[in-house]
Amino acid sequence: MRDNFLKALLEVTKKDQNIFLITGDLGFKIFDNYIKKFKNRFLNVGVAEQNMIGIASAMSLRGYKVIVYSIANFGTLRCLEQIRNDAAYHNSNITIVASGGGYTYGSLGVSHHATEDIGILRSLPNIKVFVPSSGVESYLTTKKIINLKGVKYLRIEKTSNIKPLNKKIDVLKPIIYRKGNDGIILTSGGILSECIDSADKLFKNKKINLSIYSLNCIKPFNKNFFKKLLKVKYIISVEEHNYSCGIGSSILENLNKLNIKKNIKIIAIKDRYSSIVGDQNYMRRSNNLNSKSIQNEILKFFNDAKKHF
Amino acid sequence: MISRKFAKKLRIETLKMTHHGRSSHIGSILSIIDIVAVLYCRILKLRPGNLKNNDRNRFILSKGHAGAAVYAALAFLGFFSKKKLMSHCKNGSNLSGHISHINLPGVEFSTGSLGHGLSVGCGFAFASKLKKEKSKTFVLLSDGECNEGSTWEAAMFAGHHKLKNLVAIIDYNKLQSLTTTTKTLNLEPFKKKWESFGWDCKLIDGHNHKILEKNFSTKSKNKPKCFIASTIKGKGVSFMENKVLWHYRSPNILELKKALEEVKNAR
Repeated sequence: MRDNFLKALLEVTKKDQNIFLITGDLGFKIFDNYIKKFKNRFLNVGVAEQNMIGIASAMSLRGYKVIVYSIANFGTLRCLEQIRNDAAYHNSNITIVASGGGYTYGSLGVSHHATEDIGILRSLPNIKVFVPSSGVESYLTTKKIINLKGVKYLRIEKTSNIKPLNKKIDVLKPIIYRKGNDGIILTSGGILSECIDSADKLFKNKKINLSIYSLNCIKPFNKNFFKKLLKVKYIISVEEHNYSCGIGSSILENLNKLNIKKNIKIIAIKDRYSSIVGDQNYMRRSNNLNSKSIQNEILKFFNDAKKHF
Repeated sequence: MISRKFAKKLRIETLKMTHHGRSSHIGSILSIIDIVAVLYCRILKLRPGNLKNNDRNRFILSKGHAGAAVYAALAFLGFFSKKKLMSHCKNGSNLSGHISHINLPGVEFSTGSLGHGLSVGCGFAFASKLKKEKSKTFVLLSDGECNEGSTWEAAMFAGHHKLKNLVAIIDYNKLQSLTTTTKTLNLEPFKKKWESFGWDCKLIDGHNHKILEKNFSTKSKNKPKCFIASTIKGKGVSFMENKVLWHYRSPNILELKKALEEVKNAR
């Protein structure tokens, strides 16, 4: 997904003199090509994220479309107040890119687990939140959002090369990856691959046929899409993010805004830090976010619901 | 405009504002009045008519709690109506206690949490440098604000990039929120700190208009400039001077009357 981001960034920068890239001393080698082509529109501020956001905010007020790059929690939580006061309150045109969403850097430890970022960032007014689930989404989202006004948060991570069902996609709307009539899975990020595997197996073994949509744009939400959820019996959200304030919570809030009452199964990290580490697949397993666990949770959700009817 | 006369007007106005708005920080406000007066009268050349000029000087009040001083200066210069000043901190006002830019032309940047302004100043100065503009960016910080690590991130950045179009002014009244800077977190050797971060640094009298104007208008060589301006918290009102209490207290009607008399009668 990072390659797709970089490809889009190069293309957009080539066409737009106002694009400026700032890194907080991260992205070894990945910006070589960018620097070769646009060395005057690149700045490494050093390991100083607070300063990075302050500088980016001011530069954006001078007409630059600034992209700030960092990994995990450094470009978000470390400088949260700068994002709130300097960037969001001033409606600065900056795109905050965090590479390594969720457990991408699983084995590096809790400091590198980006598992509360979506909730924290989306709670700030004036910020749009994007979490692409595939390479295609990452590419198209990058191209689109750099030109959107205001502060954008873009969380990227490693993804498999899954293709959406439709060739033409609008990154501001939910994107369909699987069609089924028994319910719907809403997800964001690389964990889409686990969702697809779960849905395929549930269909094969239990004849449960689920749709899957990627909520690439978590904020602002697409009203028309959420209105249609009224007719969906089973709604499941899956995220590599803490249970509180994440994708599931955002879905509940959106439905509440539309006055739609629905029971949703939220599959997420259970409000804990993981001191026991491993790679992303291991972390998903140990946090019950792998395909097998997702299937079990969904089956349980279906069975519990049936009991109530 | 004569900056000393302007300073007197600002003192009178901000005393009234903090009285009517029952707001804090009059001590911090009076501390920077002379600096603000010299900047707006003699240095910045900011007027309502040239706000759209990109190559203009910029001023960021990093110690946002003294926002009343800048609001008053801007109102006197015609950026918005003077009447508005008396709404300071009242219900429904956009003149918040900590400086805010929304619908207030002339306010370059909103602050209030300490340690943000110098980074923002770096951003403006860096952008001006890229655009090869002549303008300068001035940032006014409090001394207590230099406790913040982010201030030093910005200081290191400005020094490294030799931002000669950036001027930091520190309101060194040596009192912070609870007690003296020395007792809280000693800043000394203060000048040496800035110099070691790659700045030209000078100690000046923060209430002497001639000295302020002369120093603020000198050209920078190849370094950002820092002025450690020695000031008195509550300057101009005898019973407020050097008293931490006036970081918080709003003058009541009797105190206002007494303060205004002192300010009006001062030379």
